[in-house]
Amino acid sequence: MKKEALFKKMSGSQEIVLTLVLILLCVIIQIKSPSFLTMTSINDMLKNNAVIMLLALGMLCVLLVGGIDISVTSTSALSGMIVGLLLKYNIIENTLVLFLIAIGVGCICGVLIGVIISKGKVPPIIATMGFMYIYRGLAYVLSNNQWASAADLGNFKNFALGKFLGINNVILIAVISYIIFFVVMKWTAYGRKIYAVGSNSEAAAISGINAALIKLTVYTIMGGLCGLGGALAVSVYSSAQPNMMYGQEMNVIAACVIGGVSMNGGRGSVQGVLIGALMMAVINKALPLVGIDSIAQNTVQGAIIMVVIVLNVLMQRSTFKNSLKRREM
Amino acid sequence: MSGYILELQGITKIFPGVKALNNVRFQLKPGEIHALMGENGAGKSTFIKVITGVHKAEEGKIYLEGKEVDFKGPKEAQAAGIAAIYQHVTSYPDLTVTENIFMGHELKKNGILQWKSMNRDARKLLEQLDADFSETDEMGTLSVAQQQMVEIAKALSTNARIIIMDEPTAALTKNESEKLYTITEKLRDEGNSIIFISHRFEDMYRLASKVTVFRDSQYIGSYDVDSITESDLIKAMVGREITELFPKAKLKIGEELLKVKGLTRTGYFKDISFHVRKGEIIGLTGLVGAGRTETVETIFGITKKDSGEIYMEGNKVTIKEPSDAMELGIALLPEDRQKSGLILSWGLGRNVTLPTLGNYVSNGILDEKKERDASKKYLEEVDTKAVSIHDPASSLSGGNQQKVVVAKTLAQDLKVIIMDEPTKGVDVGAKAEIYAIMGQLAEKGFGVVLISSEMPEILGLCDRVYVMCNGRITGEFSAEEVTQERILELSMEKTKSSSTENKKGEVV
Repeated sequence: MKKEALFKKMSGSQEIVLTLVLILLCVIIQIKSPSFLTMTSINDMLKNNAVIMLLALGMLCVLLVGGIDISVTSTSALSGMIVGLLLKYNIIENTLVLFLIAIGVGCICGVLIGVIISKGKVPPIIATMGFMYIYRGLAYVLSNNQWASAADLGNFKNFALGKFLGINNVILIAVISYIIFFVVMKWTAYGRKIYAVGSNSEAAAISGINAALIKLTVYTIMGGLCGLGGALAVSVYSSAQPNMMYGQEMNVIAACVIGGVSMNGGRGSVQGVLIGALMMAVINKALPLVGIDSIAQNTVQGAIIMVVIVLNVLMQRSTFKNSLKRREM
Repeated sequence: MSGYILELQGITKIFPGVKALNNVRFQLKPGEIHALMGENGAGKSTFIKVITGVHKAEEGKIYLEGKEVDFKGPKEAQAAGIAAIYQHVTSYPDLTVTENIFMGHELKKNGILQWKSMNRDARKLLEQLDADFSETDEMGTLSVAQQQMVEIAKALSTNARIIIMDEPTAALTKNESEKLYTITEKLRDEGNSIIFISHRFEDMYRLASKVTVFRDSQYIGSYDVDSITESDLIKAMVGREITELFPKAKLKIGEELLKVKGLTRTGYFKDISFHVRKGEIIGLTGLVGAGRTETVETIFGITKKDSGEIYMEGNKVTIKEPSDAMELGIALLPEDRQKSGLILSWGLGRNVTLPTLGNYVSNGILDEKKERDASKKYLEEVDTKAVSIHDPASSLSGGNQQKVVVAKTLAQDLKVIIMDEPTKGVDVGAKAEIYAIMGQLAEKGFGVVLISSEMPEILGLCDRVYVMCNGRITGEFSAEEVTQERILELSMEKTKSSSTENKKGEVV
């Protein structure tokens, strides 16, 4: 009897079920390939996926207000490319300043998107599709089709190799970001308002919340994270190219959806996104390890994502049914 | 044997908690235009839906040409020759007129749509109605009157013999109405029978030969139009005793809080002026669609006004956003609480504190305990029978949801509360509780603006009553002078088009 209640409680919490699935996935992979769960392997995996994990945080906010942003990696590429060029032509070399510039460029990109969507009332997928081409195109124009290679990057590339308190700098930034977002989304008025706008923007407006402003800031934050992510990517891969992270915006959205973020807005959590992003990272890393042919990897990855998402939908439906049962009649 | 083309007997329709129709009857002769009248909520729309097979009545019988029928859905009613043209045109704006006319009963040959024949038939129907547009026009480019004509053509295309029109003239101008009358008469002369629902006496006198009145979900009577006067008809429509108890004590009314002067939003309402004072409940009444909701939405900053002034405690104020109104101490309880009053998936506590989040923040972080305590306090004040503040709002009944919306406004620092149909869809017990809360609010010195279509509410609760009709205020009464008949008279458009119409409008 009591056990059943516990099970119910657990299956009610999506994050716990997702964590169990993630652990199960890791165990299976570990049995097949014992080199999977070693410190170096985990470290590499996190470092290589830190940018996606960061962008997923911004995407969480965007999806929560009922939007979507498919221009994220274009913004990252533009910011990253600007960092690369500044280094290549020895204009600025200070790592911190370069990071701030990248974040600033990202924020400007985000504000533009936000204005078009919140003031111009353009559907988010259309607006960000346009900016996806514009920002990526600008990266090409600025670079004049040239790379910034490792030799150009000087001290900047060492950031991704450095450690603080025994943790890789890149991973550390991701961890700090997740903590900040967790607090903001759960314990600040701003976070609450994001959920309110996404759940019922009409009710939010009548409660005195400026929905357009919330949306604008959310896209700006998304842009800022893209800028940060672009700079980090340059450091991690020791090169800046206009086609960097091409096509990865779908991985960012997939991480959110796996983590239980609703595409209709209003539902989703930082914990969920963390698990979703980790799951994407594990799948990416593990498929070659367990010997799945590289040409079949995309298919297998897609199948796993679909299974998790269907599981999500089923869980949400049962939660909804349970809440209906409690309705007084 | 009966000689009626359509006859309904003993129809009772029950929705959860409400009897929407209680043992009503109706008889329609072939070639007759029969008006159906009654106040808002009298059961007319439900009745129509029973005839057209949308709703299934719990009790009662329907006879079509003397034979008992039992429609399982709208398709069956349509096949039997019954078509309805609803109040709000239900069309597909991006499709052509032909596509709209034949939606659901397209002409097919071996599974292939026969556009040529459909266009030809559509053109014939439009010619028959003297339409001034083409069958290939896009529906969305037509005026409301033209769209209605398409709906009529659609009804004819299904070979309907009984055509039901639900307030077809509500959105039409005088000339357009005139044209509709002609078409309706033509349809009658061709042998069709028509049920015509309208709030306009003019429509009824002009068209119908019989009128049936519903009141409070019940059948009141059927009369020959020639032999009943307007005032007798109004009496038949409202003639109920007010039996409910209203708790409002006589309070001393304080100074003026909110004042609206000459507020206009073109196409919605015009020249609206009223005021509400401390401790006062004023009523804003009239028929559905008179522009009441639109007016308060503009006052609250949801929509923009074209002209007019708003004063708060004597000072002229500018309200551009709902947040401006809230800062001035004005709150709105929206009519559709599920759509715009609450976030249904959220717990009650969070719903209550949403407009006042800033009050629970210290050092940028929400103090959850403070927030919980506050929401508990306000929910207790309105006596919500909820298990916990974490219960989602969707798990509550309509009446309790409304109380949560009230609690939400209590959490704010307020002076004026505007309530838009606060007891709509609420059961009798919860209604009484909401009335009690309103009385308490007035006692605490709030100014309350009550929008309601329910006469007992307006008569029993309000210190002053404004009546709106067609986007204008047509009258103001004190609690002593107000009667149901007077309200209804001013709510309805006059038979003779008199003073209220065609005043020269100021252009802003």
